[in-house]
Amino acid sequence: MSETWVGKSLERVEDESLLRGLGRYADDLAVPAGTLHAAFIRSPVAHGIIRSIKTDNLPDDAVVVTGEDMLQLSRPFISGVKVDAPQYALAVDRVRYIGEPVALVLAANRYLAEDAADLIDVEYEQIPAVVDPEAAASGNAPKLHDGTDSNVLHEREFSYGDPGTAFATAAHVIETKIAYPRNSCTPIEGLNVLAHYLPGDDAYDVTANFQGPYTLHTVMARSLNVPGNRLRLKTPPDSGGSYGVKQAVFTYVVALGIASKIAGRPVKWVEDRLEHLSAATSSTNRVTTLKSAFGNHGKLLALDYDQLEDCGAYLKAPEPATLYRMHGNMTGAYAVEHLKIRNRVVVTNKTPTGLMRGFGGPQIYFPLERLMDLAAAQLGLDPIEIRRRNLVPSSAMPYRTASGALYDSGDYTGSLDRAAKEGGLQALVEKRKEARAAGRLYGIGCAAVVEPSISNMGYITTLLTPQQRERAGPKNGALATATVSFDPSGAITVNASSVPQGQGHRTVLAQVVADQLGVAPKSVVVTSDHDTTKDPWSISSGNYSSRFAGAVAGAAHLAAGRIRDRLARIAAADLNVTPDEVEFANGKVFAKSNPDNALPIVRPAAKAHWSPLSTPEDAGDGLRETEFWNMPELTEPDSEDRINSSGAHGFIFDFCGVEIDPETYEVRIDKYVTMHDAGTLLNPMLANGQIRGGFAHGLGAALLEKLDYGPDGSFITGTFADYLPPTACEIPHLTILHDCSPSPFTPLGAKGLGEGNCMSTPVCIANAVADALGKDIATLPLTRSNIATLMLEDEPAGRSQPQTPASPKATGDGHAMTGQGSTLVPATPEDLWAIMLDESKLAAVIPGCHSVKRTRDNAFSAEVTMGIGPVKGRFKVHMALSDLIEPKSLTLTGGATGPLGSSQGSGYVTLTPEADGTRVDYTYEARISGKVASVGGRMMDGAARTLINQFFARLSRQAGGQPPAQSPWTRLLEWLGLKS
Amino acid sequence: MRLLDADSRHTIRFQLNGKAVEGVAAPRMLATDFLREALGATGTHAGCEHGVCGACTIRLDGKAVRACLLYAVQLEGRNVQTVEGLAGHDEELSAMQTAFRKHHALQCGFCTPGILMSLSQLLEEEPGADEARIRDCLSGHICRCTGYHGIVAAALEVFEAHRRSGGESGRERTDV
Repeated sequence: MSETWVGKSLERVEDESLLRGLGRYADDLAVPAGTLHAAFIRSPVAHGIIRSIKTDNLPDDAVVVTGEDMLQLSRPFISGVKVDAPQYALAVDRVRYIGEPVALVLAANRYLAEDAADLIDVEYEQIPAVVDPEAAASGNAPKLHDGTDSNVLHEREFSYGDPGTAFATAAHVIETKIAYPRNSCTPIEGLNVLAHYLPGDDAYDVTANFQGPYTLHTVMARSLNVPGNRLRLKTPPDSGGSYGVKQAVFTYVVALGIASKIAGRPVKWVEDRLEHLSAATSSTNRVTTLKSAFGNHGKLLALDYDQLEDCGAYLKAPEPATLYRMHGNMTGAYAVEHLKIRNRVVVTNKTPTGLMRGFGGPQIYFPLERLMDLAAAQLGLDPIEIRRRNLVPSSAMPYRTASGALYDSGDYTGSLDRAAKEGGLQALVEKRKEARAAGRLYGIGCAAVVEPSISNMGYITTLLTPQQRERAGPKNGALATATVSFDPSGAITVNASSVPQGQGHRTVLAQVVADQLGVAPKSVVVTSDHDTTKDPWSISSGNYSSRFAGAVAGAAHLAAGRIRDRLARIAAADLNVTPDEVEFANGKVFAKSNPDNALPIVRPAAKAHWSPLSTPEDAGDGLRETEFWNMPELTEPDSEDRINSSGAHGFIFDFCGVEIDPETYEVRIDKYVTMHDAGTLLNPMLANGQIRGGFAHGLGAALLEKLDYGPDGSFITGTFADYLPPTACEIPHLTILHDCSPSPFTPLGAKGLGEGNCMSTPVCIANAVADALGKDIATLPLTRSNIATLMLEDEPAGRSQPQTPASPKATGDGHAMTGQGSTLVPATPEDLWAIMLDESKLAAVIPGCHSVKRTRDNAFSAEVTMGIGPVKGRFKVHMALSDLIEPKSLTLTGGATGPLGSSQGSGYVTLTPEADGTRVDYTYEARISGKVASVGGRMMDGAARTLINQFFARLSRQAGGQPPAQSPWTRLLEWLGLKS
Repeated sequence: MRLLDADSRHTIRFQLNGKAVEGVAAPRMLATDFLREALGATGTHAGCEHGVCGACTIRLDGKAVRACLLYAVQLEGRNVQTVEGLAGHDEELSAMQTAFRKHHALQCGFCTPGILMSLSQLLEEEPGADEARIRDCLSGHICRCTGYHGIVAAALEVFEAHRRSGGESGRERTDV
């Protein structure tokens, strides 16, 4: 019997190259001769009108592409919701979030392109921004899109069963309100595009580290105004991670495509980290009010979701998919007959959202699994027991949920019980008892989650009414594509439209195909790059919705099976047996009844190429088989809005123990156990790798990560020192357990499993922290400062009461600064006064000043170069002096704008004569936005102090005296030769 | 250090993975870009370009440093080792590289080169490092795929084997 490979932990074929530094990532590939490099000019304001884009300072031959070009040469991106809120690849007339691309400039290399970008002068008229989704949805918020009635771009209500009666008659109604924050999986490789417009064909040849879904190929081609066959989209062999995020490269494919068309040259762009964090994409943040009806004995009867989804400034395709991906499984792992949902989508002045590992899962499971804990507390039940009583029973499988999902297989109760037993729950409970007796803050949390995979192409159409769907025609299915071929030497090549981003698809596909053909996996070559012109693919191709194991690997299995059947027919003639007697093993074909009657597999395979006239007619010609596999279960939404949104459904049960340090407010994960039932595991080592990766993302979301904005829309987490992915020191040991209920619906019985912990871990940890503190948790992340806020606030009125999100101010005002100081300047108040009102002298006093102009009485404009933290740039400064009491005091108001951002502020200065000169006292407040706020937040106060000290040192010199008294710090720096 | 003219390009000569290399760069060119674009050593990856993620870590005269925080001209006359130098083209993978494969310590592999460089220094200088110290060393790197489990497991195995063999197995690979 031949050795089989599926189910074994084979080492990866990908690793040999990657470990040697010989990967072929997008930025490693050759570029055509004459390729130009692009740098983007991005909005430094959250909301504003573009008044002008001046390029006078650039050489005449410089290529600058703006929104005007997009208006002329491209079409707005299509979106799932038909509203008049168009988005182009570059902003047209108006900017709606910090980091929005406004223009791009091309040069011979990136350094020169960034130089050129700094010389482009964009004038914005700032208008009020709105960041908070509830505020944006209210009537008096600034409106983002003129063509819409309000910022709420979509609203629908759904009702399944009879939720009205269920709530009216329920013994208990329990409610929670959750504000789920924004985060991102931030692959270490950024987005990357090489676009080449071919005028002779009116076609675009593009290489981008795109990951799918290939629905977006249609979106790009339409925006570029070409049929799909004139957008050749190629993906590189290796990708530096994605987790959904690299879907976001599609708008840049259009921007660079149009730029190439204008420049007549190939153009390339590599995203930098600030561009990525501020503008690539984000998960949605969502405000959810979830109401539940419980009967006696803890039976969950009905759920009522009110979801307000914040998609950022534009509804960028495939949004609002985050809101609908989970539509079939809104009842989670529980058997609930009655369900009500109200969905609203709101736009705010933040980065448009998109695919993110867990896609829509954390946003529903956080409220649902918090609610189960709140209900347990209110009903006097153990949190695990209340879940146990409501889990979908295994006898009900396959189980149709209230909103239409078909849960394929699983023994949820059995998995829960096994996890509790083998994971050591009882010991953890004992530990909590001991810890609490010793006065320590110890808590246990759990979460039960159904993890959907293989998205139905039709789920997004649930947002349409049945009548609208009727008119538009049905959308359904989830085609997966794989091709297996034998070349004339008898060697096997496999290609699939799976676009891997590090998961190890090449290894697994080799295992799957090797099993069908009885060869060693290492003899099978699997290609991982994809080319829409040459490789088979379909609308649902790509690497998303955890579709690889269930759908794509299954398609490869079927394609290999078809080619095996054909080879059997060819070999049968040579072996003198019937085709059904031909076996495949150890690289040979042989007669089942007489294994010595054998041929190397390459013989019949080569024969198909070399001697096609000598092969049986029913074996066909050419040895290449492409399987387009579909799931009949994935029908379109029915007339009552029921939708089987995903093809397979795994089960996860997590529990953990956490301890909170009462002094540092750190949450320490003491133990974490995760139980998965994802059906057949194709390669257990790789499966566990996916679980660990998803867990790390879930843990980051729980404790550290938030894409954060100031109230004015300033983006303030633009570096990896501000946006904090977990490091090796923050990830605890993870105990992984597996159950196996093969899916009856996928060819290999496999289900997706890489996203589940993004759904279960954030709420599992939050439940444990809530248990440790005896407080409700209504938002994330549970950073030390947010834990401190929770611990220091007054006791909440009751655990089931909705609570405002913890401490939005902890980081929300990071870009605002105030300060005061006093310094002694060796000059008279009159001399200082004269300098401060004389533009010719001010130029020498303001640090980094190039010129000062008087614009009117006591108002000046200046050109100044300032450096803050890692960035340095030229700013236009305008300031006005008022409340002048000569020579005693004045108020200074003004601001600075430049490519790095803008500031607005005011200061009050008093001059008091003293024996040795004048004592200058000052107070100031300033708000900063743009790039400076994104990357320099932590350094802002220090930078401001340095600038002020420099100002007074220069003021003293200008007044003819010595610099003011120095701080010991300044003297030390001078002594070290670091400061003059 | 040489005085450099901002508007001129300067010739830079140094040892890269044991071989003399030479190239020309403007003073502001980053070492990452120079290694990748001028010398074709694309194993060194730029992940954040502000010194936090660690993907670009190389060894400069034996010390692990961030290539994104160095200018190309700072490589002049130095001994530079990159991931390509851990195992030559025709050589077998180093013990650490082999352990990475065995323990599934990489998925997308983008952060891996930098991590291998930091661990190679740690193995040379602190072969007695325990798990806490290894995690401390790894905290200078961001890996978004693996949750670090396989990386720590691989490192622990190699450090342990290194100690058992009296310190010979790791050193032979890093002596460039």
